[in-house]
Amino acid sequence: MDITTQKVGWSSSEMAQNVARDIYDGAYVNLGIGMPEMVAGFIPEGREVIYHTENGLLGMGAVAAPGTEDPELVNAGKKYVTAIPGAAYFHHADSFAMIRGGHIDICVLGAYQVSAEGDLANWSTGNAEDIPAVGGAMDLVAGVPSVFVITKHCTKSGEAKIVKECSYPLTGKKVVSRIYTDLAIIDVLNEKLFVRELAPGVTFEALQQQTGAELHLTQQTKTHGEKK
Amino acid sequence: MINKIVDSAAEAVAGIFDGATVMISGFGEAGSPVELIHALVDQGAKNLTVVSNNAGSGHVGLAALIENRQVSKIICSFPRTTISVVFPEIYRRGEIELELVPQGTLAERIRAGGAGIPAFYTPASVNTPLAEGKEVRSFNGRDYVLEHAIKADFSLVKCHTTDKFGNLVYNKTARNFGPVMCMAAKTTIVQARRIVELGEIDPECVVTPGIFVHRVVEVSNPADESKLVAEERRYPWT
Repeated sequence: MDITTQKVGWSSSEMAQNVARDIYDGAYVNLGIGMPEMVAGFIPEGREVIYHTENGLLGMGAVAAPGTEDPELVNAGKKYVTAIPGAAYFHHADSFAMIRGGHIDICVLGAYQVSAEGDLANWSTGNAEDIPAVGGAMDLVAGVPSVFVITKHCTKSGEAKIVKECSYPLTGKKVVSRIYTDLAIIDVLNEKLFVRELAPGVTFEALQQQTGAELHLTQQTKTHGEKK
Repeated sequence: MINKIVDSAAEAVAGIFDGATVMISGFGEAGSPVELIHALVDQGAKNLTVVSNNAGSGHVGLAALIENRQVSKIICSFPRTTISVVFPEIYRRGEIELELVPQGTLAERIRAGGAGIPAFYTPASVNTPLAEGKEVRSFNGRDYVLEHAIKADFSLVKCHTTDKFGNLVYNKTARNFGPVMCMAAKTTIVQARRIVELGEIDPECVVTPGIFVHRVVEVSNPADESKLVAEERRYPWT
């Protein structure tokens, strides 16, 4: 009897690590609020990455140590942060010129839903009683060339977050480049979803079952030893 | 002789009239001119349209202005914060109008307002509900939405250092919307931690040239909004 329990999927920190692996040396990166913020902790040795926060800082450093918090030095999530040597402050119009003008290389965002064509919904549930809030998400997806999404593959109640068409209000159309979930890494290419890597213990068939849109396997799809 | 210095926050906000459009700097508490907002609560102007990135926290600053029922409309990008209690309640009762604007579009609409540009096209919000009813035009094969400039009657801004000409230097990420809001108002009112003699600010380091500023008041020890919120303080102080 096989009593070993095989690990299935990636943890949140492994997901963040997967994103970090794809952020290249010298990149200017904007990290969204929440899970995307974790990515900064996993950039491989030897790479220099400059973090942009849309409230006016290029060269954001680590979260401020207890006792050193400065209420006038915050990130987009209004957390107290630090600035690295070589950082720069600027006003909001300049900050979004960096974003909309295509100067930021990569942004990492969370998602409610992503469609097969790369549409993103991440700002509103569409419920009338929820207070709508958009922040900088629409500017980011419109202006940043590589939009990475980091999200659980399914909602807490088990519904697919990768869908044929988003039912939530859109943040942008055909904007997502790559999706990092707990089960797989998926590229959006020519309005189709290509599985780049399957998480440990995840088969393509199982992944497809938990996905609301058609997935494509490629010769290059990386797997982690699951039985075919 | 040019001297933009006024003696008190009350004097600084004098003349703000009912129905005025008022821009308020800040990204959350960073850069929020709490003392000027409280002076406006005391002053009592009503039916204001407020332009600000957020909609206030706790019961102080912008939240106090909303709670005091002086704001009939808010134009902002992110009215939701973890400690935002006043705005959600009044919004759900249908007693305040919300115009939700993507953050970069908000900054650019304000910048355009100050720069004499009536409208501009942006790629942000194309194909989303926030572009509904707006003109969309294609440039080089890509769609852009037409957005109009915002101008204000007054801007309330916080900075770090100023002089009697109204040249401004900010502090870290408290700069945020300050420079563009200074440009976009007929009357720009600034609270500064320090007012220094002319020449003490290196002209190379002036962020907002004094031409955009009309009144400055020294508030040497401004309130720490998050502290007031944590202590559950309310303005007017009870």
